[in-house]
Amino acid sequence: MTASLPSMANVRRTTWRPQPLIKSPRLRWVLALGAGIYLAVAVGTLDIDWARVAEGWPRAERFFVGFFPPDFTSRWDAIFAGLMESLWMTVAATVLGILISIPVAVGGARNVAPLPVYYFCRSIMALSRTFHEVLIAIFFVKLFGFGPFAGLMTLTFATLGFYAKLLSEDIESIDVAQAEAIRATGASWLQWLSYGIQPQVLPRAIGLAVYRLDINFRESAVIGIVGAGGIGATLNTAFDRYEFDTAAAILLIIIGIVMLAEYTSGIIRQKVQ
Amino acid sequence: MAVLQSKDGPIWRKRTTQADFSVWFCWLLGVAAVSACFYFISDKTIWVFVLSAPQEAADLGSRMVPPDWAYSSQLWRPLWDTFNIATLGTILAIVASIPVAFCAARNTTPSKVFVRPVALFIIASSRSINSLIWALLLVVIVGPGVFAGVLAIAFRSIGFCGKLLYEAIEEIDVSPVEAVTATGASSAQTLTYGVVPQVMPAFAGISVFRWDINIRESTILGLVGAGGIGLQLSASINNLDWSRVAVILLAILVSVIVSEWLSAKIRNALT
Repeated sequence: MTASLPSMANVRRTTWRPQPLIKSPRLRWVLALGAGIYLAVAVGTLDIDWARVAEGWPRAERFFVGFFPPDFTSRWDAIFAGLMESLWMTVAATVLGILISIPVAVGGARNVAPLPVYYFCRSIMALSRTFHEVLIAIFFVKLFGFGPFAGLMTLTFATLGFYAKLLSEDIESIDVAQAEAIRATGASWLQWLSYGIQPQVLPRAIGLAVYRLDINFRESAVIGIVGAGGIGATLNTAFDRYEFDTAAAILLIIIGIVMLAEYTSGIIRQKVQ
Repeated sequence: MAVLQSKDGPIWRKRTTQADFSVWFCWLLGVAAVSACFYFISDKTIWVFVLSAPQEAADLGSRMVPPDWAYSSQLWRPLWDTFNIATLGTILAIVASIPVAFCAARNTTPSKVFVRPVALFIIASSRSINSLIWALLLVVIVGPGVFAGVLAIAFRSIGFCGKLLYEAIEEIDVSPVEAVTATGASSAQTLTYGVVPQVMPAFAGISVFRWDINIRESTILGLVGAGGIGLQLSASINNLDWSRVAVILLAILVSVIVSEWLSAKIRNALT
């Protein structure tokens, strides 16, 4: 029996393995080792107060008991006013932000603007995108006082960086032939922009506008926490007064509106693109 | 395309008169709605404060310059914490979002009727609550500190990673999956050899992208007590110590730019 199967021992047995994501084995090991060391160090410096975390469960329970049932009625006036303020801020800031960001986007497109203008516009975008909306809101609240005006300014500024960056990238990736054709007819610079470039980027520009409207509403719910008006201010007040049932109602409303907005914005974006 | 008939022959126009009117009417409605928004906001604004903004800005500027450079030596620990909040939060979110994404994707979900809607609801609710609000809730539950920040980032990112990942899973090429199934592989084997290799690059890209966003988000979580450099920032703002605020803002600026550059590099290398 054993003599009839000697050849099996000589066959090189290889097991097939799926291709790794990172090809070089050395890099793979260095990355894995580095990640392991980092994780150990980072978790070590986390300073978790486990006694406090253990207390968390009863606290969470009390919290959620406080949440239920959500109370829409007793503070409905404040909730409604906050929601309306958020909506005004969202719409006004999106429109204003887009109006300002169009020239910045044109200036930040390498194929349209000369180099100094390009760098200037790109640095505006970088500045606006670096800082979180809440940080900007803190400063605008200091400058313009509490209320929706500071929120409007914050969202406008944030819209500027987002919209100008994406739009200018769009302008940079247009089909040059059509723009050349318009230029060949002897069109002026403005005519070249509005007939050679604008039609090519318009569908995506509309899609981006709808997307930003959606983002701005979400952000408007947060910047209120630092005093910039809107539903966030109402939410913060509810938390400060330990009215968790009202806070739950506000959170549910925010989730509902955000889901609705995302759904509709998805449909609109699919239609225009 | 519309043509207007006149004595001198047809005149080409972009739209018919009716379409012209309806477009004009839409613009009218839009402009009216936006003006109403501006009106309501201006109604709620105390203009005296707004008009004093230039003086206020000049005042702030003069207090922020020169920045308190000596303070920067105290910022290493908060920056390290901020980095950890973003990184550990992202890792937790990735681990949690993988099963959620596989349950949410139409082609891999175990049950379309029951599991998929639950997974989609998890994704939607995680996405629609901002990480600052998550932090607000978690600080009450687990206490102030870095841990609350890590969890807040993780909870917010599950939805983001889950959504992008399940969209990537739904867009995979079916033929490798069918080929693996044809060998008689079990469903777990089909998943690991047919689906996972296809979404791996997209998934790595999504994680790095979210990590970059999380660095930005984790700089503010300290404002509600969830650790990181935001703690120092809110303390300095409350003490009206603007020269320190300037240093902190510069530190945030640098770290966000570095992380964005790094993430762009990694994503370029992946594709």
